[in-house]
Amino acid sequence: MMGRPRTRRETIRLLFLISPSLFWLLVFFLFPLLLVFAISFGQRGTYGGVRWTLTLENYVRFFDPLYLRILGRTFLLALTTTVLCLVIGYPLAYFIATRPARWRNVLVLLLMIPFWTNFLIRTYAWLLILRDQGLINTVWTGPLHELLVQIAAAAPLPIWEAALRATSHPLHLFGTDGAIIVGLVYGWLPDMVLPCYAAIERLDFSLVEAAQDLYADRLRSFTRVILPLTMPGIVAGSVLVFIPSLGAYVTPDLLGGAKSIMLGNVIYSQFMSARDYPFGAAISFILMAVMLIGTLVYFRMGAETE
Amino acid sequence: MQGTGGGRKRGRWLARLLALHGMLSYLFLYAPIVILVIYSFNASRYASGAWRGFTLSWYARLFANEAIGDALRNTLIVAGTSTAISTVFGTMVALAMERYDFRGKLAFDALLYLPIIIPDIAMAVMLLLFFVLARVQLGLTTIIISHVAFNISFVAVVVRARLAYFDITLEEAAQDLYADEWQTFRRITLPLIMPGILGGALLAFTLSIDDFVITFFTAGPGSTTLPLRIYSMVKLGVTPEVNALSSMMLVASIGLVLLSLLLQKGGGGGGIEIA
Repeated sequence: MMGRPRTRRETIRLLFLISPSLFWLLVFFLFPLLLVFAISFGQRGTYGGVRWTLTLENYVRFFDPLYLRILGRTFLLALTTTVLCLVIGYPLAYFIATRPARWRNVLVLLLMIPFWTNFLIRTYAWLLILRDQGLINTVWTGPLHELLVQIAAAAPLPIWEAALRATSHPLHLFGTDGAIIVGLVYGWLPDMVLPCYAAIERLDFSLVEAAQDLYADRLRSFTRVILPLTMPGIVAGSVLVFIPSLGAYVTPDLLGGAKSIMLGNVIYSQFMSARDYPFGAAISFILMAVMLIGTLVYFRMGAETE
Repeated sequence: MQGTGGGRKRGRWLARLLALHGMLSYLFLYAPIVILVIYSFNASRYASGAWRGFTLSWYARLFANEAIGDALRNTLIVAGTSTAISTVFGTMVALAMERYDFRGKLAFDALLYLPIIIPDIAMAVMLLLFFVLARVQLGLTTIIISHVAFNISFVAVVVRARLAYFDITLEEAAQDLYADEWQTFRRITLPLIMPGILGGALLAFTLSIDDFVITFFTAGPGSTTLPLRIYSMVKLGVTPEVNALSSMMLVASIGLVLLSLLLQKGGGGGGIEIA
């Protein structure tokens, strides 16, 4: 029945079915998107409003070393997150895909549950683990330190002194780039695993056996057969991790310190505290442009390796 | 599998390493959640201190807190309304996309997927600017409008997955038996795609309850939802009450997700793989 509406009745029915969503998406999505673009060429009004002009000022202003550094940091953090997710996620996806069918479904379900639960809360959980009075440091300066004190008393050796000194202060984990990366990897790991899993599960393993029959060793049958055939999954997963990492706001806000902010935090402060809407709009557009370019380059790379 | 004894041995090691990695990965995914829930029962005054015994007092305090009651009410109003609207609209558009070809379909398809792909901070900024410039008072209404804007797409994806497996001859059979179009839809099409619709609705409900960034930008005075409440509590100082509230939200959304997946699996075929 798939086809162009042939009768008037069918045309009316089609219009009836799509118009509510079309209206909503045009008015509350596409129009606001174009609005942000238009405002990014405007100027900040006296009381925080917008003066409609056609200036490139906001974009020029972004090319200040301060903002460029934040852009660079954001890009690097997102890239590191993507690479780590791939390194952790691909073997995990491979493991799940090679289990018996019944196990596979359970393992995939277990992967999806944290994926759909509140991101803010999952980030908060890491705050409890990483902060100075958090779980890791409670153990580090508590039981571990006491244990070392006892060992040092029983066998006085110079090595214990350094260890005792180290465990007498909490580790500085919270507020670092490392904390942000842990939070981002934690948040987006399932985004990497699920597409990789889908690709590996579809893989025809008789091709791998064929390669091994032709005396390819494990490494070569992996790099020459498995990897290229599952490349679409890797590309999809990387894009799904990279995009939200680049636009991260909650993770750097909760786990990062004053020095480790990302572009999302700059956008937030332009809208919520500085009230400079045009500049905030320009940064949002730069962010979206970086995402688009990053994604396109990645897809191009993926297409070439295939 | 062929190979020398050494190769087989290496293969076994590799398999063990892979299994170990798998177990550690799941530990990584679940440990923080479990730790959070354990802390919510800790009698210590500190949110992440040493274990001082079991208590339910943080939960008791939550139930006595009026601000949290208000936030819960707001959350349910937003989630309920936005789910109802986006489920109806999303199902309608899914039917249109699966059944008809029309000019501009490709562009419309892209527009339909864009809210899923675009980072939430970008969408939040867009909507805030739109509401501010249109001089709309920020509040529950603007949050609901924004949630519908991203939920239509999610509902449409889930329902389309269900429709892709739909046997069109069943509709034709009904019409051969002189059922009119409305009867065919009500008696045949709707019951068959109902698991998809319910799954989509539950997904929309969960996403709405959990959304923080877009809600944060489009909320006004008096429209604080639970995630916003949690955020402001965390910002003021990490307390055991936050642990209790977060744990309850985690359990609620895990329950909803399981229900949603169960419904989509029900009746065979056509669940979603991922977002």
